[in-house]
Parts: sequence; structure tokens; C-alpha cells
Amino acid sequence: MANEAFEPKLVGFLCNWCSYTGADLAGTARMTYAPNIRIIRVMCSGRVDPQFVLKAFIEGADGVLISGCHPGDCHYQEGNYNALRRHRLLSKMLEQFGIERERFRLEWVSAAEGVKFQQICDEFTEQIKKLGPLNLNGGKDEHREA
Amino acid sequence: MNNDKKIKLTINDKPIEVEEGITILQAAKMLDIDIPTLCYHPLLEPYAACRVCVVERKIGENSDLVTSCNTKVQEGMVIYTDSENATKARRLNVELLMAQAPAAEPVQQIAKELGIEKTRFEIEDPNEKCILCGLCVRTCEQIVGAEAISFIERGKNRTVSPPFGEPSEACIGCTACAYFCPTEAITVEDLYGRKVIHNELNLGPSTAILVPIRQAVPMVPVIDEEACIHFKTGECKICEKVCEKEAINYEMEDEEIEIEVGSIILASGFKPFDATRIPAYGYGRLNNVITGLEFERLNNASGPTDGKILLANGEEPKAVGIVHCVGSRDKNYNEYCSRVCCMYSLKFAHLIKEKTNAEIYDFYIDMRCFGKGYEEFYHRLLEEGTKFIRGCVSEVTDLALTEQEEGKLIIHVEDTLLGIVRRIPVDMVILATGLEPGLDQNEIAKIFNISCSQDTFFLERHPKLAPVSTFSDGIFLAGTCQSPKDIPDTVAQAGAAASEALALADKGTFELEPITAEIDEELCAGCQLCIGLCPFTAITYNKEKGISEINDALCKGCGTCVSACPSGASQQKHFRDSQIFAEIEGIFIE
Amino acid sequence: MSTEKPKVAFYWCASCGGCEEAVIDLAEDILKVVEAVDIVFWPVALDFKKKDVEAMKDGSIAVSFINGAVRLSEQEEMVKLLRQKSGLVVAFGSCSHLGGIPGLGNFWNKETIFRRAYLTTPSTDNPDGTVPLEKTEVDGKELTLPRFYDTVYTLDQVIDVDYYLPGCAPPPDLIMNALQAILEGKLPPKGAVLSPNKSLCDDCKRNESKPEKLTIKEIKRPWEVELDPEKCFLAQGVICMGPATRTGCGERCIEANMPCRGCFGPTDQVIDQGAKFLSSLASILDTDDEKEIEKIVDTIVDPAGTFYRFSLPSSIFRRRRMEDIK
Repeated sequence: MANEAFEPKLVGFLCNWCSYTGADLAGTARMTYAPNIRIIRVMCSGRVDPQFVLKAFIEGADGVLISGCHPGDCHYQEGNYNALRRHRLLSKMLEQFGIERERFRLEWVSAAEGVKFQQICDEFTEQIKKLGPLNLNGGKDEHREA
Repeated sequence: MNNDKKIKLTINDKPIEVEEGITILQAAKMLDIDIPTLCYHPLLEPYAACRVCVVERKIGENSDLVTSCNTKVQEGMVIYTDSENATKARRLNVELLMAQAPAAEPVQQIAKELGIEKTRFEIEDPNEKCILCGLCVRTCEQIVGAEAISFIERGKNRTVSPPFGEPSEACIGCTACAYFCPTEAITVEDLYGRKVIHNELNLGPSTAILVPIRQAVPMVPVIDEEACIHFKTGECKICEKVCEKEAINYEMEDEEIEIEVGSIILASGFKPFDATRIPAYGYGRLNNVITGLEFERLNNASGPTDGKILLANGEEPKAVGIVHCVGSRDKNYNEYCSRVCCMYSLKFAHLIKEKTNAEIYDFYIDMRCFGKGYEEFYHRLLEEGTKFIRGCVSEVTDLALTEQEEGKLIIHVEDTLLGIVRRIPVDMVILATGLEPGLDQNEIAKIFNISCSQDTFFLERHPKLAPVSTFSDGIFLAGTCQSPKDIPDTVAQAGAAASEALALADKGTFELEPITAEIDEELCAGCQLCIGLCPFTAITYNKEKGISEINDALCKGCGTCVSACPSGASQQKHFRDSQIFAEIEGIFIE
Repeated sequence: MSTEKPKVAFYWCASCGGCEEAVIDLAEDILKVVEAVDIVFWPVALDFKKKDVEAMKDGSIAVSFINGAVRLSEQEEMVKLLRQKSGLVVAFGSCSHLGGIPGLGNFWNKETIFRRAYLTTPSTDNPDGTVPLEKTEVDGKELTLPRFYDTVYTLDQVIDVDYYLPGCAPPPDLIMNALQAILEGKLPPKGAVLSPNKSLCDDCKRNESKPEKLTIKEIKRPWEVELDPEKCFLAQGVICMGPATRTGCGERCIEANMPCRGCFGPTDQVIDQGAKFLSSLASILDTDDEKEIEKIVDTIVDPAGTFYRFSLPSSIFRRRRMEDIK
């Protein structure tokens, strides 16, 4: 499935306090990273509703990243633990839908970790390139639609 | 004791009226008559061990000799402190002490005053300093209350010792015995069994009762319970005895005080880089390798050397090396520049030049003279003849390779301008140690719910637009807890933080972030799943209405409850599901 | 029979027939219905033909109640015809509303379903390996069967739907209310689900038994535990979709000491019932420890099947990724 020309579309849900600031740091420090990620800011990784993840996939994302503060560092004390719990259960369910675990990542990126954010974006892009496009086709049935 | 009762007596024919109960020695002191003593200390019970204070007491035609330190005054007493009889007895006693402790300085001093050149008695140990005065034993018993030492044996074998000559468990290590010993027969160094290098540079508490820092507010001393003998043994209380204002209070305790405030400025400062982490520089191992802060203490006019720049052996250095960037700009320790070291190093060089004739070498990576007037100061130093060597110091050693290097500290450095490796012998090395985040930086960050940057300094809300604010509203930053900075920058930032804090207080009202969650009464089924999720206990169950409700003032707007609400009754303002769905759709529009 | 009586049609697609039963379950009330309306099409009960419907004027049927999901070309054809002839179309029951139990077929495709149904089940006796074909030649004549789609659709994914009557099957009181509303012209806005827009907990008697902070340490399946008939199922560690499911069903399952499985679908504010319930459930797992979380997650045997039991075709994903099915 690996395709040289394939540029994956990635969606990142980043918490306002740590990861979004970390991504911002990567930007202000003029670090370059794979341009495949599209970032949606939420106040806390705990705000990320699994519906958003499904929505991102069905809209065309080949990979989804949720990134929050490191455990114990959550600006709202424990929102990131909720993200962790949901990520684990949702990952399991996504597999049942035929979506590889690698396509749905949860990462802790602090406000200081611009470099880590850069690395995650690069690595995630590479990984999804290897996996190939997701081709959910909006959940439609080509057989009928044709 | 009836203090009203007065007693009349004469000392050396001088009449005096004193309170009953005092000693002849004390009465003599009032008349400014000097009686030599060795074993007397005003805070201890007199013991009359040295017998140097012997005086003649006339009783009618007869007279006798008494020790003035423990003989109380009596009505009509006639005392002569330096009559022939008294002097003769004193000389004999001093000669005996000279034989007992030939190395005791104060005995020699008194002997000299009495015109004694040599003792007639046999000297057993020419190095003995102990005069068996018992001050140490009495101190340990009466002041410290530890009773860890005592006299043992008898006659000429008599000596001071802990039980069985073994280190005693009763000893609390207070070193008061050494402090009270008049002849240095017991010293702190003996007690600790090691030589203390530049110990006087130690910046920690030096006494148990102290003003914590010189700039302390309020400027009052406190008792360091960890060090105070009284808090160890319940005895001592010397400070209480000597304090005329009766200001000593042992009952005071540390208190935790809760204060409600509107805003908080964090100014928790920094910790100096621990120079022992770079073993190659020899700090803590080699004499005369000191840190910048220790040099400041050495140079201080009220410091241990009265501001003279001296080596550990008391001599003036002939050459001084100042090593920049110790623990800074070094991937092994801290990558960042500590900002202050270049300038304080230049200041040191200037001060050493001013106070000594020493050659000064500055070992730098880059000179960072970024502030107002700083570059000009650097040029002044260049003109003053400080030798600047550009390169990283690899090692400081005392292993001499040449005769010229004997007894010196050799700085091994690559001179990058000359392109050669050099060995430069100096007498003193000053390590310009950098600034590190405070020890409890992470803990503080957790308490105030703020973030740290990669180097663990507190993270400001925005490096340019909000440099004194944090991600927690009402919490501001000042000084080196945010990043290394010098005094002018710190003052500027502190001023800004203070204004921000005041601006907040002045307004009297606080604007809450509008990004809170809200529950639609019409939609909430009261399933209560959200209640346990809220870390701020902002959600409560209204039993009457059968719904959950959010307290706007408590809600911090994380949105965890929103994403957990199974019926979608809870929504986060500005981050509604519909808004985020639209955003997701939006980012895929090509 | 008065000509003024409004015409009503009933039709079934991919369904079990339970919804037809639900109409019969109106009991005596069905007589009121018959009195009030003219049933013009009801294949399960009355012998009308497709051509009879085709002969009707467009929009002449007042309301068509269509149950069952759409998975065959025939069903698609029929519902499109009924749409054309009807003033109102009501998606009747979980299958037409959400996809329902047949919708779980969306974890597979035609090929795998046929293979399973016609070839590999232990009870299959099919030595020739015959599977249904759309076209077959028999004695020189071509026989056709409707096309079997890879994907099951909700009714509103195929035609425009005016109202939804949720439930597997819809309870009689909701059906009567709906009929009355239609007959009296007291209709809610188009697209409404004809059941209260709150979750089941609103009506559940067990809601008051919830602890102050509801958390789950261990997930159990209903047969693994003796269920307390008074206590909230979630508080007993048993998955109950009630919080993420629309109320109005009369809590028939709960009364029978069975947790809600979600047949009424989500409330209006929620798009994806399964994902939303997953979010709630994960949130109340009582641990912050990664390993512990994974341990509990492991005990949820079939999350997709459990959370989307009735709503897979109406979910955001609609179906399993086609490429993944072999």
C-alpha cells in the first residue's frame, strides 16, 4: 500500500496549555517538521470527544493525534488521564473498525517540548506513509453508490 | 539571696560596697582591678582549678590565700590581689601549669606578665596544651547538658575524656567544649578529624542564633533549632542569660499562616550550580579552588578576611584564574547561558586587580557583555591588563610538570585564538558557576499549576507579549525563577510583575475565562456521570430538578465533563461539539 | 369507507418483523386506528401489490410507516416509491431509524456474509456451494434477485425521512401518540424523533441509587453477576447504555433487570451514540494507571458491537473499513 506520492493527512487535537504551546514553541524556534498535521486546539486533552476522532477519520484523516500535558502536569489536574482512558478504549474499538492502532496516537508533550513535538510529527507522518491511506470513503458502499 | 543587703570591703586598699553573694573576683572587676584567670568563665560555676586567681585575705593580723573566683565577699574583708604572698603563690601555680601544659598559649602569656621565663618543674609532654581547668567538662555538663566528657584517672594521669576514651553517644557534636577551651587543647578541627578548607567561606548558618540573611525583613535574629544546643538537650540557654532585653523566647514555633490573596508573584530564585559536579575542576578537592559566591564572601569587607583576598594559607595570591561558564553553555550540564557570570567575573577581575598585584586570567567561551555600560567595562578590564584567554578549561590540577608549576594550581586550557593547548599556573581559581532552577522548582510549579520550560525554569505565558504572566491567572513571575538574569533585569521584571498584580487587585473584580461548561436543563437527564469527573467540584446534582448543575465560578473550563456527557447536555462555551465538528470539516477543505 | 380518511401505508425492509408485531400490540387501539385511517399498503398483513402503489397519485398516502434497514436493492426501490407516493414518511423502529441489529452486518460485507450464511456455518448443508446470484438462467429464462449491498443503510440514508419512531420495537404508547399527532396535525418540526429528548436515566428508577461519584473498577457482563434489581447497572459494573440512550421506551429492559442496550439511539445533541457512550464509560474507569486501564479495557469483550448494537449504520463511521474485511 505504501505509496511514494502519498502525503498523509493527520489531525492533531492539542491541549491549550502544554502541547499547543509546545507546538507553538516548535514554530517560534523555527523547527521544521512534516507539514501533514492539521492542528485543532482544545482547552484540555480531556475535552477530546471520541466523536471528534471518528469525525476526523471519516473526513479524510489518515492518522489522529491527541496530545496533552504529561501525567501529573495537567493544567486541569486530571483531564489528561481521561484522554488516556478514552484513548485506550477507543483504540481497541477502532481496531474492530479496521483502523490500525498506529493511526491513533496519544502523546504527552509539555510546553517546553518543541523538539518532541517536531519528532512526533515527523515520526507519525513516516509511520502513516508506510501504512498507506485509510480510504474510509465516508463509510459509503461503492457497490451501491455506483 | 537578699540583694538589698550591701557589703563593704576593700581590695588593694580601695573601698567598695557590693551586693551580698558575689565573689572577690567580681568585686575586683568593679574596681577595674585585673586578676588573671584561666579556668573562670562568667557563665559557669567557679571551679578554682587553675588557682591563678589566688589573692591574699587579711583577717586582723593574720592572712591567708584564697581563690578569688569562688570566694564570696564578706563584710569588712580586706583583699590584696598582688601582695607579695599572693604574687608568690600565683607564680608558683603558673610554674606548675607551665610544666603541666607547656604548649598552652594563655599560660605562657600570664607567665610573661609575671616575669617567669621557665618552670622549675619537670616537663613531661612539651606539646601538652590541657591545663585541666575543667571548663570543657563544666560546659558540657552545665551549659550543653550532654555530660559527654569528664575527668578520668588521678594525679599526673588525670585527663579529660569521654567514657572509656571512646566517642560518646551523649556527645551532640556542638563543639562548645572547643569554644570554651582557653588553651586550644580541644579544637573544632580535632573534633571533626579533618582540616576544613576555606571553611570560613561557608555561607550556611554559622551560629545557632542568627539573622538568616543580611537583608532579612524584619531584621531580627532567629534560633536555628537544628543547630541550637537548647533544642537538643534542653540546657544552655546562654542567650537568654546574656540578653538584657529579655527578647529570647524558646517557645516560639514555626507557624503555617493562611493568607487569602488576589494575586501571587513567584520570585523563588535560583540555585547556584554545584561545582563539585565537574570533578576535573577540583572544587572541594583542591585548596584555593573557590566558587564565585565564595569569592564574594572572601571579598566582603565584613567577611572572614575583612575583605582581603587571601589564599587558604593566608598569603596573597600572585596569580588568579577565573573560569567562565562553569555548568553553563555545556551540553553535559546546562545548555543555556547563565547571563550573569561574564559580568561578575569581570567585576572579580577588577576587584582583584584593585586589591592585589596578582596576574589575572579570564578563561571565557564568548564574552557576553550585553547590558548598558557592560561592553565599556570589558574594555576597561582589557586596558587594566587582565589576560583574556578564549577557550574551555579542561582541567584544574595540582600535579606540577615543571619546577615553575610546583605548589601551584595549573589550569589546562585550549587557547582557541592561538590554537594551542596551554598550562597556566595560578594560586587561586575562581569558578564562575552558573545559575540553575531552584531545588523545589517542580514542586512549586505543581502547587501553582504552572509549567516549566525545558530547562526547568518557570514558563512565562508568552516570551514577548506576557513575559511576567503565567498560564495560571493571577500568578506572576519575577527574577531568576523564570530564567537566569542579572539585577537590573530582575528589578525590571519584578516591577512589571508588581504592576500586573496591583492592576488586578486595583480592579477589584476578576474576569473569568468565558470558556466554561454549561448544562442544558432541558436536556440533562441527571445521570451524574460528570460529577465525579470534575476536579474542581464545580458540578453538583440538583435532586429537586433531577439534573446536574455547573457552578460558573468554580468551572475552569477544561471540557472533560462535556466530552463525557453521554447525552450531549453539557457543552463548553466556545468549544461546542458543533464548533469542533465544523473545525474538523474545515481543515479538510482543500 | 369514507373517502376522507387519510391513507396509511406500512412497509418492512431489513427487519425481524417485531415492528409489525408492535402495530398489533396496539391491541384494541388498532381498531381506533382502522376506524380513523385507510390502510392502503401493508405487505405483511394485506394483499396489496407494488403496482397498486404505483397506481396511486404522488403524495396521496398521508403517511408511510417504514420499518427495517435498507440492505437490498428491492428495499431501496420500494422505499423510494413510497416516498414518492407519501406526504409523510416515518422511520419506524430502530432498524430504519439507526440501522438496528441488521446494521451490525456493517462489520462485514456481502461476500463474507454470504460465505458465512451459505457456506461455513456448521448447520449448512450446501455441497454445491450455491450462493444467491442476482441473475440466473433457468430453462433458458433469466431469473433475477435483488442486489445485496455490502452496507446496511438507515432509511434516511436512502430517502428523505420526516419523523422517527425509535425503539426495538417502538412501544405502543409512542406509536399511538405519533398517530394521534399526525391525525390531529399537531406535528413537531420535521426530522424529530418522536420520543423525549433526554437520556434514559431521566426516567430510570435506579438513577437515585447512583453513588455520589460513579466509578467502575471492573466491567462485568450481565451473566457474570447476580444483578441487584434496585441498583444502577453501571454502579454494579455492568454496561448499561441508558445514559447515552434516548428515553421514552418505558424502561422495559430495566424492569426485567436487564441493562439498556441502546435501541432508542442517542439524543439529538449526540451524533454517534457508540463513541459518546465509550467516552462516558472510559471517563468513569477508576484508575489513572496505564496498565490498570488496559487491564479493564481488556475485559470489555466487544466494544464496537456493544456500543453500536443498534446504531452502527447511523454512526459517524457507518461501517467497518472495507479494505479490512477479508
